[in-house]
Amino acid sequence: MPLVLHKHAVAEVGIGTGSGFQQGRLTIDREALVSYVRSQVSRVTDVRVGIARPGEATRIVCVKDVIQPRVKKEGAEAGDGILCVLENVAVVTCGPIVGFQEGIIDMSGPGAEHTPFSQFPLIVLEIDVVEGLDPHLHEEAVREAGLAAAGFVAEVCRDTEPDEIEMVALTEISTEADLPRIAYVYPVLCQGLLHDTYVFGRNAKEGLPITVAPEVVMDNGVVSGNCVSACDKNTTYHHQNNPVIAELLRGHGSRWNFVGIVLTPAPTRLAEKENAAKAAIEQVVQLKAEGAIVSKEGFGNPDADMMMIVRGLEQAGIRTVGLTDEFAGTDGGSQSLADTTPEADAIVSTGNANERIELPAMKTIFGPLPDVTRLAGGYPHSLRDDGTMEVELQAIIGSTNELGFGRLTCREV
Amino acid sequence: MAKVHVVHYLNQFFGGLGGEEKADLGPQWFDGPKGPGQLLQTLAPDIEIVGTVTAGDNYMAENTDAAVDEVVGLIEKNAGAEIDLLLAGPAFNAGRYGMACGAVCQAVQERLEKPAITALYPENPAVDIYRKAVTIVRAGSDVMGMRDAVGGMVAVAKKLVEEQAIDPATDGTISRGLRQNTFAESTGAQRAIDMLMRKLRGDAFETEYAMPVFSRVPPAPPVKDLSSATVALVTSGGIVPRGNPDRIESASASKYGEYSLKGLERLTPESHQTVHGGYDPTYANQDPNRVLPLDVMRDLEREGRIGRLADTYFATVGNATSVERAEQFGREIAGKLINFGALAVILTST
Repeated sequence: MPLVLHKHAVAEVGIGTGSGFQQGRLTIDREALVSYVRSQVSRVTDVRVGIARPGEATRIVCVKDVIQPRVKKEGAEAGDGILCVLENVAVVTCGPIVGFQEGIIDMSGPGAEHTPFSQFPLIVLEIDVVEGLDPHLHEEAVREAGLAAAGFVAEVCRDTEPDEIEMVALTEISTEADLPRIAYVYPVLCQGLLHDTYVFGRNAKEGLPITVAPEVVMDNGVVSGNCVSACDKNTTYHHQNNPVIAELLRGHGSRWNFVGIVLTPAPTRLAEKENAAKAAIEQVVQLKAEGAIVSKEGFGNPDADMMMIVRGLEQAGIRTVGLTDEFAGTDGGSQSLADTTPEADAIVSTGNANERIELPAMKTIFGPLPDVTRLAGGYPHSLRDDGTMEVELQAIIGSTNELGFGRLTCREV
Repeated sequence: MAKVHVVHYLNQFFGGLGGEEKADLGPQWFDGPKGPGQLLQTLAPDIEIVGTVTAGDNYMAENTDAAVDEVVGLIEKNAGAEIDLLLAGPAFNAGRYGMACGAVCQAVQERLEKPAITALYPENPAVDIYRKAVTIVRAGSDVMGMRDAVGGMVAVAKKLVEEQAIDPATDGTISRGLRQNTFAESTGAQRAIDMLMRKLRGDAFETEYAMPVFSRVPPAPPVKDLSSATVALVTSGGIVPRGNPDRIESASASKYGEYSLKGLERLTPESHQTVHGGYDPTYANQDPNRVLPLDVMRDLEREGRIGRLADTYFATVGNATSVERAEQFGREIAGKLINFGALAVILTST
């Protein structure tokens, strides 16, 4: 069964009385949203709701997640039925630091060029939780609050005519078509300790790798619960709009034969990594793939997972391209990865996350600004008294996304 | 564009002072262009060579640091306020001359904060030493390549003065081996699929990051008698005295700290914390001994299984820290450990 996406284009977002959606204008009832979130997540004590718009002098700090509002209109199974989607808008959760890896979104200036989330209006939730809450429960509370808010917002389009309808179903291509068979290996972080991803509502530590169809992933199949550095953390929005899946679907049946997605875990222990890589490679072999795209999340530790997968696939005769960012030092003069393999001869670089960027002061700030000095990619001296700051790209949400969402790359000079 | 004011560095030969017999000459200042500078001046009327510094190859090679000081001093004295840029050479495949050009360029960049360019044959030994710090135009192996090299220097000079980015692929410079961000025409996902299709078809493709070769450190031989050895603790897990006195960064650490363990039996949440931004700090902050095992080391000391624990431990944050930086920390810490007389180290990571 296919997944049918009912897409609703949002042109404008505002706060008002009574939530609604008319002719592209989305209205959020602040009181109703806040009381809904609090009713769903008891550990949340306060939520401040604001709107950040493209081009505004607005900075959002300690961003935990970005979520596209979506609601299931019909169908109980993942990857089946009608999913209503609000396009060109997202819910952003932020608030006091949990780990060190929350990030920055600037709505204008040089920082805005490095995050995809400066391009459309954002519904920003600054979330406070009960005092003394353990960091893991804090992360969980903020994650659940964001998902609840996105669901609440999406309800407005449940009964509205969509602007666009898209069917997503991976159809079989006749082998006579003689198109190259391409698989997608999609690793998700599941290292525990604030580095977790949830697949179909369960921690990705269990039950992976699995071979899934794109419509299943696109039906909110993958949710971020992790605090890896902002630059290459795959937010829930990135999972919902995975660009590798979108591109592979676009050329499916005409330029290549997209044979499936292998969702695979990126755990911490070496033996777990080896087992996961081996199992993922077997599944790609089962798909009779001739080539595979391997994406990534995080850096350092996950470099090892990527290299194992690439090596194993190439040795099995399956050609690979890996997507990774680089940590080449602020001057770009260092080696970029913590692990390498000679088989990884085709790499797409999504940029050097250590490169520094100067950010201007902003008029409107969401979240606790002084915490930027403690973020991964910030420095104790990052924030100056006049509100300007210097950070590494590492601190900006989605700046070196390793699903290949953006256009940033790195060259040798 | 206003005229670009240039100082030109040449050796004794290209400065017209003589051959090998004059290689011991010290640095001298001449107003205006000399030798290749005259060619440069005709190729680029909008560049004005305000003066030329010459020095003998042997003089520069034998006491490079002091000689470079003299060269920089002459430039400061005669053109300090005027200079926009320094050009050195071309030195082609000449070893001593190439080294001098590299050293002078680097010194002018650092001390006068002006851009500097030289032109070398890619196999000139100075290339490996100076490519990272200095912009080097690709030159032929000998003086036959003079016109091309000087032309290349002129083109790059204008870009540098206007603070434009230099791209080795189009500007004829030797790659500095530095990774620099730029926006591509298409997204990473699109580029990945294009590259995969080329690879599957057997077409030529170019990786965007060629795999580096890691340097390997051979393990030291085992310690013969641990019960008499001084053992030290070193961690990349970010355990520092509470308050982070050295302000070590949570990622891309620019420093490491050295802290006393004297008189301490174990670390406590009140005495120590982690500043590491790459792992969940909850458990390390609850009990910092989990990352820096002082408690266990004291047990081993009491049980006589180790001679003693070194009084100082070293800590940094191993999170997005470049390999180059990590190698530097490692070398420095190892030197200090040897001074302590440490024979073994427990290195904890996270």
